[in-house]
Amino acid sequence: MYRLTQIFPQKALGSFVVFLCASYLGIGGSATAQTSTDQLSGKLVITGASTLAPLISEIGKRFESLHPKVRVDVQTGGSSRGVADARQGLADIGMVSRAMKDEEKDLYAYPVARDGVGIILHKDNPVQALTDDQVVAIYMGKITNWKDVGGNDVPITVVNKAEGRSTLEVFLHYFKLKNTDVKAHVVIGDNEQGVKTVAGNRNAIGYVSIGTAEYDESQGVPIKLLPTGGVAASTETVRNSTFPMSRPLHIVTRTSPVELAKTFIDYAQSRAVHDIIKQQYFVPLVD
Amino acid sequence: MTSSSSNTLSRWSTDDLLCWLLRGMAMIASTIVMLIVTFLIVEALPVLRHVGVLRFFTDPSWHPAEGFYNLTPMLWGTLFAMAGSVLIATPLGILSAVFCQYYAPTRLARPYRRLIELLAGIPSVVYGFWGLVVLVPLIGEIHPPGPSLLAGILVLTIMILPTIALMADASLANVPQQYVRGAAALGLPRWAMIRGVVFPAAKSGLFTGVILETGRAIGETMAILMVCGNVVQTPSNLFDPIRTLTANIALEMAYALGDHRAALFMSGLVLMALIIALTISAEWISRGRIYG
Repeated sequence: MYRLTQIFPQKALGSFVVFLCASYLGIGGSATAQTSTDQLSGKLVITGASTLAPLISEIGKRFESLHPKVRVDVQTGGSSRGVADARQGLADIGMVSRAMKDEEKDLYAYPVARDGVGIILHKDNPVQALTDDQVVAIYMGKITNWKDVGGNDVPITVVNKAEGRSTLEVFLHYFKLKNTDVKAHVVIGDNEQGVKTVAGNRNAIGYVSIGTAEYDESQGVPIKLLPTGGVAASTETVRNSTFPMSRPLHIVTRTSPVELAKTFIDYAQSRAVHDIIKQQYFVPLVD
Repeated sequence: MTSSSSNTLSRWSTDDLLCWLLRGMAMIASTIVMLIVTFLIVEALPVLRHVGVLRFFTDPSWHPAEGFYNLTPMLWGTLFAMAGSVLIATPLGILSAVFCQYYAPTRLARPYRRLIELLAGIPSVVYGFWGLVVLVPLIGEIHPPGPSLLAGILVLTIMILPTIALMADASLANVPQQYVRGAAALGLPRWAMIRGVVFPAAKSGLFTGVILETGRAIGETMAILMVCGNVVQTPSNLFDPIRTLTANIALEMAYALGDHRAALFMSGLVLMALIIALTISAEWISRGRIYG
C-alpha cells in the first residue's frame, strides 16, 4: 500500500480524476468558469507541524482539484521546521501549530484553525475535575495516588508526550512546567497512542488533542475529557478561545504572499474548507 | 593436448571471473556497512562538536530540548530487554526444535513447524498492538503502571522465538543420521542421545540462531515502542518502564531539529557500537570451538 502510493502518488491520481471530470464538462457544453479562466500553475511546497500536515494536505488536494495545474507538496517536521523552512525559502509556506513567538514577527502568519489540548482520564475514574495545581503536582510526582485528589486508593500513571511534540509544548507552556520536572510513567508519540494508553489503564492521566479525544469518546472509547481552568474541554470552547489550553494553527510565509501562495492561503482561510477542518477534528475559527 | 590446455585455460578464467565477482560482492557488502557508519558519524558530527562524546554518558538526563543528552539509561534499557528475551527465548526455541525433531509424531510436527513459520511472518507492529491492548493492561493490574521492561521482554521473546526455533530445527535436521543411529544402537535413551550427541553436533547452527535472535532483539523498534513506556530511566526492577535506543530514534526523529536530530544519530551510532561489540564477543566466544 505504502509502496503503491509512492509509485502512484494520490495527487497524480486525484488530478487524473479531475482531468476526466473537466473533459467531461467540456464535452457537455460550456466549461465552468473556474477551469477555463484559471491560469494558476506551479508547485507549492508546504512544510512544518505534523498536527497541521493532514489538514493542509486535504485542503491542498481540494485546491489542486480547483486549479489542475497546481501541485501542493506537504511535508512534516514540526513547527520549528515550518518556521525554519519558510525563513530559508526551502518551503513556500510553513505550518506552525502554536501562537507565533516574538522572534518570529518577521514572518507573515495566517491562522487557519484552532486546536485544543485536553486532559484525559479513563472513563471509570471517579475523579471529575482537577485544578491546575493538582495537575502540576501530579505531573511533577508530588501527588502519586488518586485518593489525594478524591479518587480511589490507586497509584497514578502519568502519561507524557515525547520531546519535540507540539502538544507537549502547549501543555508545558500552559502549566508553566519544564519537561525535566515531569515524572512520567509512560512516554507516548502521537495522540492515538495516548488515547489507547489511557483507555487501557484505569489509573492513567494523559493529554491529547481535543479533536482526537472528542472523536474517540463519541466512538465509545472509554476515556473522558476533564475541564481545564474551570472550562469544559470541547470544540465549542476551543473555537471561542475560552478554553485556556488551546492553540491557533498558523500557516506562515517569509514575504507577503503573491499569486499562487496568496490564492492558497485565502482558500485555506475560507469557509469552503470548514468541512475538512471539522473532519480532521480541529475547530474552524468562525462558525 | 591442445584441447586439454584450452580447457584448463578456460577453467582458470571462469574461476578468475567468479573470484573477482565474489570479491566485488564482498566489496559492495562491506562498503554498504562502512557507508552507513560514515553517514551516522557525519550526521552526528554537529552535536559531537558542540557537546562532545563524554556528555552522552555523563549528562544528568535525556532532555535534548534543554541540552541534556544522556544515552546510558537507554543503553541499559536496550541491553536488559535484549538479555531478558534472549534468555527466555533460547531454551524455549531449542526445546521446541527438539520436540519437533525427536518427540513429536510426524503428523503433529509438520503443522507445528508451519505454525512457527507463521509466527515468524507476523509484522512487529501487530505484536506491539497486542502487547499494548492485552499484555500491558494485564501487567498494570499486577503492578502499575503496566508499560514496562517486563512487557518489552515478553513481547520480544514471542517475536524472536520463531527465529531460534526455526534455526535450531534446521540445524538439528542437519545432524548426520549415522550419529543418531549409532547412538540408538548403543542403547542410549533418547534424551541422553540428544544431549550427548545431537547438541554437540549441531552447536554451530544453534549458536548462529542465538546470534540472529539477539540481533533481532536489539533492532526491534515498533513493538518495543508500544509496550515499554518509553520513559528514559535505568530500570530498577522488571516493572519499570524503559526506553530503548531504537525506540528513542523512532519516537523523536519526526520532530527533531538541529542538535536534537544529531543526538538521535548519536543513538544510532551507539546502537551500531553495541552490535559491533556483540559481534566481536560472539566471535571471541566461538573462536576455534564452534565453527573450527
